[in-house]
Amino acid sequence: MLDNLTNRLSKVVKTLRGEARLTEANMSDMLREVRLALLEADVALPVVRDLIAKVKEKAQGQEVVGSLTPGQALVGVVHKELAAIIGGETAGLNLAVTPPAVILLAGLQGAGKTTTAGKLAKLIREQYKKKVLTVSCDVYRPAAIKQLQTVSEQAGVDFFPSTPEQKPVEIAQAAVAWAKTHYNDVLIVDTAGRLGIDEAMMAEISALHAALKPAETLFVVDAMLGQDAVNTAKAFHDALPLTGVILTKLDGDARGGAALSVRHITGAPIKFAGVGEKLTGFEVFHPDRMASRILGMGDIMSLVEEAHANIDLEEAQKVAAKLKSGKSFDLEDFKSQIGQISKMGGLAGFVDKLPAQFAQAAQGADMGRAEKDVKRMEGIINSMTRQERAKPELIKAKRKQRIAAGAGVQVQEVNRLLKQFEQMQGMMKQMQKGGLQKMMRGMGRMMGGGGFPGMR
Amino acid sequence: MFSMFKPKPPKEAAPVAEASEKPAAAAVAAEEAPEPAKASWGDRLKAGLSKTRFQLNSLFTGIKVDEALFEDLEAALISADCGVPAAQTLIEQLRARAKRDKIEDGETLKRALADLITDMLRPLERAMNLDRPKPLVVMISGVNGVGKTTSIGKLAKYFQSRGKSVLLAAGDTFRAAAREQLVTWGERNNIAVITQESGDAAAVIFDATQAAKARGIDILMADTAGRLPTQLNLMEEIKKVKRVIAKVDAKAPHEVLLVIDANTGQNAVAQVKAFDDALGLTGLVVTKLDGTAKGGVLCAIANARPKPVYFIGIGEGIEDLRPFKAHEFANAMLGLD
Ligand SMILES: Nc1nc2c(ncn2[C@@H]2O[C@H](COP(=O)(O)OP(=O)(O)O)[C@@H](O)[C@H]2O)c(=O)[nH]1
Ligand SMILES: Nc1nc2c(ncn2[C@@H]2O[C@H](COP(=O)(O)OP(=O)(O)O)[C@@H](O)[C@H]2O)c(=O)[nH]1
Ligand SMILES: [Mg+2]
Ligand SMILES: [Mg+2]
Repeated sequence: MLDNLTNRLSKVVKTLRGEARLTEANMSDMLREVRLALLEADVALPVVRDLIAKVKEKAQGQEVVGSLTPGQALVGVVHKELAAIIGGETAGLNLAVTPPAVILLAGLQGAGKTTTAGKLAKLIREQYKKKVLTVSCDVYRPAAIKQLQTVSEQAGVDFFPSTPEQKPVEIAQAAVAWAKTHYNDVLIVDTAGRLGIDEAMMAEISALHAALKPAETLFVVDAMLGQDAVNTAKAFHDALPLTGVILTKLDGDARGGAALSVRHITGAPIKFAGVGEKLTGFEVFHPDRMASRILGMGDIMSLVEEAHANIDLEEAQKVAAKLKSGKSFDLEDFKSQIGQISKMGGLAGFVDKLPAQFAQAAQGADMGRAEKDVKRMEGIINSMTRQERAKPELIKAKRKQRIAAGAGVQVQEVNRLLKQFEQMQGMMKQMQKGGLQKMMRGMGRMMGGGGFPGMR
Repeated sequence: MFSMFKPKPPKEAAPVAEASEKPAAAAVAAEEAPEPAKASWGDRLKAGLSKTRFQLNSLFTGIKVDEALFEDLEAALISADCGVPAAQTLIEQLRARAKRDKIEDGETLKRALADLITDMLRPLERAMNLDRPKPLVVMISGVNGVGKTTSIGKLAKYFQSRGKSVLLAAGDTFRAAAREQLVTWGERNNIAVITQESGDAAAVIFDATQAAKARGIDILMADTAGRLPTQLNLMEEIKKVKRVIAKVDAKAPHEVLLVIDANTGQNAVAQVKAFDDALGLTGLVVTKLDGTAKGGVLCAIANARPKPVYFIGIGEGIEDLRPFKAHEFANAMLGLD
């Protein structure tokens, strides 16, 4: 599995403990790691170069505040810069024109245009409460028109039939006329896939655009695209005034660096994300999450935020105070940590926000069962004596049997819990002053390692 | 080199005229002697690369070999989707070779790099053996939209040109109009397509395998729905398809191919691993090499999980299929002729 950026940097920064600010010298090794991480995530090389230059400039001289290591401080800068490039605000659709508002979809072969046409149709019908018509100008791919008809039916919108013998511009014009007389507010125009270097096909879509004057011209891009995303994006950007991008197949495990490349080249906002083959697999795009995903950090940032919001501050402070006073992390604290997870929307909610590779480890896990297991863990700790909770090393064979009987579980489960506790304790020891952030990451690692019950 | 298309008369492509009616600039030039296919593939690539290539050719002749040049070449490899580890390996080897052979000129250095890439990719260069007991069952797999169905259409044409009878199984029971799409490819090839109303891929393909046996068909190709390796239930489903085929013939499917889109970045490596783990892949087809994407991810695949690349796809038409040649591919990656 790909290393995430945080892991990569932590290897580099061991030598940098105690440095108070980011300098050219202490950053150069780290920036090399950032560069590698971005390239591994398929961000195009020219875009990576640009980004590294910007990060360098922004980070230079920045103070390493509080509990952060220089590596963490730099990740913060990189993350912020990425999120800024990918786009600050989430942008909706502009349909406020004289009807019909035309939406033109364009992109490479197999990007997901037709499926996206269906998804958009459903979204606009349901959420914008508009009357939608779709039409296919794909007269090349076998059964492409039938495919759009089927997804339009699934979306519950009107479909304007066309045939492979017709010319794309004529089809589109006929559909506009039909939409006008039938009071359709929105017309979604699906087109054939085309390569940026296919001049005739690029001319065709320019002509379509000129004839339709769309309110939205959306570039549909596969999240798995590699380095060539820049060339493709440039070709479409040059041929069409793009008003937005839709990133498809984000339900896969590609890191999606193409999002950055495309955004960098076109400047158009990424408006939606395709996250499944079904018409329901469609979301408003979140630049922040995408930045974390490209860096391989999952939704760590929002996880941390949420942790701050939901975790019982008092509890957390108690643990922190205890650690500071030199006392060790005991089973009582462990239990309270387990309790915190339930407060953050339960395990399912927690796992959702973990970095891809951890979430994947948890994928297929039976969450219902896992939640039960957490309850069982609490039960096991509850049947320990106060002394045992404070000094887990006391728990030997006899005591284990008693505890197991008390909690109504097998002895192996008590062993497992103790092992997990040890892992957690190890983490806590490393955690000298850093707050929750580190702890969360550690917990993710523990889960990724199959530490939590019910997960593989 | 591309003798596969030579035996048949040039105008045989007539029934598929509608397929290539598309106003594509690079039309199929496969019928022009003496090295027909090469001209077409090279032209397409050149057309593709002319706008984006690093202007390597013109810049390189007579240029001195220095650090900047190695860096440029590494950048070219990375930009071709080789991935950083493979790119670094190649550049290290190139440095050694430049030293050993005292290479002083940029053009020569670039050719040396092409040779190194060729060496790396040569283990993937293997032809698919068609002369096996019938029916030879070929199962096609891959993520969504890579070109599985289209490749089946092209392969059917190729297999027929080699004198084989072909049957298709419409195993994509999920995507809207996927069946109709395959049926059209069947019509273009004048061959039968086994379809079912049911939504069960395994059932259709099981049926088709039995039909192929009963009808004495040489090659059966089974289409499947696109799936991402993260969709664990769908990965289980395709494993079941494979098991069900084996019920008809314990040795089948004889070939399990993964189709990869050349536009794909490093995720292609994960795709090969995941599908190989699930199905035991016997080969790859790399599509969409007619664009600007160079498919360098094959270098990463050659390192991580090598599999024979039987064919490459260079267009949407029925003829746009070529055998994979490591040398040619390496040259194309670097924009060399
Ligand atoms: N998993 C997944 N598959 C998608 C998504 N969007 C499209 N697809 C699939 O990608 C393939 C190509 O989609 P299609 O709409 O035909 O692409 P087009 O050639 O651009 O029109 C189909 O198998 C779709 O089901 C998505 O967001 N997630
Ligand atoms: N340019 C180009 N397009 C291709 C190639 N192979 C397939 N396609 C196109 O890619 C799109 C998806 O192909 P399809 O066979 O439906 O993919 P599947 O979902 O994997 O079955 C279609 O528009 C095809 O015409 C190729 O080699 N070059
Ligand atoms: Mg389509
Ligand atoms: Mg298909």
